[in-house]
Amino acid sequence: MSITIENLNKRFGDHIALNNINLEVKSGELLALLGPSGCGKTSLLRIIGGLDVADSGSLLFHGENVVERDARERNVGFVFQHYALFRHMTVFENVAFGLRVKPKRERHTEAEIRRRVTHLLELVQLDWIADRYPSQLSGGQRQRIALARALAVEPRILLLDEPFGALDAKVRKELRRWLRHLHDELHITSIFVTHDQEEALEVADRVVVMNQGKIEQVGTPDEVYATPATPFVYQFIGNVNLFHSRIHSAWTQQHGDAVAYVRPHDIDISHTQQDPASLAGEIRLVRAIGAVVRAEVAVAGSDELVEIELSRERFEAQPLVNGDQVFIRPRQVRVFDESVKGSL
Amino acid sequence: MSAQALQRKIATHESRGVTLALILLALTYLILFLGVPLYAVFYQAFSKGWALYWEALKEPDALSAVKLTVIAAAISVPANVVFGVAAAWAIAKFEFKGKSLLITLIDLPFAVSPVVSGLIYVLLFGAQGWFGPWLQAHDIKLIFAVPGIVLATIFVTFPFIARELIPLMQAQGKEEEEAAVSLGASGWQTFWRVTLPNIKWGLLYGVILCNARAMGEFGAVSVVSGHIRGLTNTMPLHVEILYNEYNFVAAFAVASLLALLALVTLGVKSLIEWQARRSGEPLHGTH
Repeated sequence: MSITIENLNKRFGDHIALNNINLEVKSGELLALLGPSGCGKTSLLRIIGGLDVADSGSLLFHGENVVERDARERNVGFVFQHYALFRHMTVFENVAFGLRVKPKRERHTEAEIRRRVTHLLELVQLDWIADRYPSQLSGGQRQRIALARALAVEPRILLLDEPFGALDAKVRKELRRWLRHLHDELHITSIFVTHDQEEALEVADRVVVMNQGKIEQVGTPDEVYATPATPFVYQFIGNVNLFHSRIHSAWTQQHGDAVAYVRPHDIDISHTQQDPASLAGEIRLVRAIGAVVRAEVAVAGSDELVEIELSRERFEAQPLVNGDQVFIRPRQVRVFDESVKGSL
Repeated sequence: MSAQALQRKIATHESRGVTLALILLALTYLILFLGVPLYAVFYQAFSKGWALYWEALKEPDALSAVKLTVIAAAISVPANVVFGVAAAWAIAKFEFKGKSLLITLIDLPFAVSPVVSGLIYVLLFGAQGWFGPWLQAHDIKLIFAVPGIVLATIFVTFPFIARELIPLMQAQGKEEEEAAVSLGASGWQTFWRVTLPNIKWGLLYGVILCNARAMGEFGAVSVVSGHIRGLTNTMPLHVEILYNEYNFVAAFAVASLLALLALVTLGVKSLIEWQARRSGEPLHGTH
């Protein structure tokens, strides 16, 4: 089921949560809404799910306008950050809820409900805790049950609001890999909200980067990382060094007020000056983090610190020590006019 | 260091002497102000033996007072359950203009003296009141009659259930309801299957307190009742009349029923608190 969003607006008092959003979600894809808190991503998700109402604009499911339709009539599965499991029901009854509240003529027999719930619990690998209550489960288990519950009504669209936000780092990583596998099996159009860029880049087919109620960029994980469309995306996804044209005109190769954005791993570092455009500096900090080595270089004659990342291999071929005098040179620069500088 | 010695090191642990003194102080206070009066009620009630006690309760005026008290409670408690749940739901789960005004209004009966609440009804519905002539013209009698007593009881008891439920429902949030709706549940289904089971212990707790107050209310009911024996006397009013007539045995016999009700209320209340703790549902909206 494809989703089309056209000219969607939403305000809360003076705060503009969504500012003229246009977005096309393809059928069967797993889409991430990525952005800092307060950027409007959760509002957008809740409006798609029918839990909030937009001030204006249209929302189409497979070409059909659903703005006037209630949440209960949209056939959308919603997974909440804090699970929202029914605390007084067992795991089994939680998953069965959507099947039990169906109008009588559509309701399945008790045996069929039992069969479906058992199947879903097997799908999320938790059939062995069917009789427990939510308070007896771990966070990861709760979220899997919440997912099984949402899938029970065979939704056409699955919406997940920061589904892994309340879990600790290890469980989060496991669960997002698992979600990716599940999606590859079910192929249900899914949108999940996250503020974690790693999560979005690792799990999603496409990423929508949002900021201050607007969409900054839509693209595959590789596109948004490698070719950010705006300064905001540059700064929000991955680390970046900024160079102002007034000071480093050789780097920006442009006059007037412009800012060059350079990724830490796109900077060459050497002990000898190989290019007249290189900047001289001094190593202030060297830190090896797994496969990469991070170094901070203080540019000579200013108080700027430049962050540099190099592979362990390269680091071992050319060791760096605090206090070394070095020259740095960018391999890849992206220049934006000062006036469009992104704000975080 | 032994475990006991270690425990004494914990900052919030006081020495045995201080603990004992505090417990003793609290106990003495309780016995003096609660235990002794309670004992006195039962002692006086039975001072002339079982036969007279029984005689006092079985007397027609006493029976009618018990009946009227039960009627007033039987109407006001369900009315306040409906109102309390509706108000708490509206306040906890929705945003609307005038919400804080509604919360203040719910607290009003706690803030004004019961006698004043009774007077308000007399001023509104009494013979000289605003609606008095209209009511008389239509031959409806509210003041100095049973409906007035029920109205006054509803007024003084309506904060109990709403006040109990508002913080509880606010703490629970509305995510479970949203989940239910997104799974296709209707408003009624959401209420019966999700909201109500989540608040059942808190609701029961509120009902118990509301009932105790409805049966024990004196001030407001006294103003609107008119003290007509056998007709508009509730149990507390009946106790007062008997006492003023120096009929101490009868007065304390009826009072002992009210005291018994209080003891039962306390018992049920502890039972509910214990059950709620066991089922993991916080009673007072705290996590």
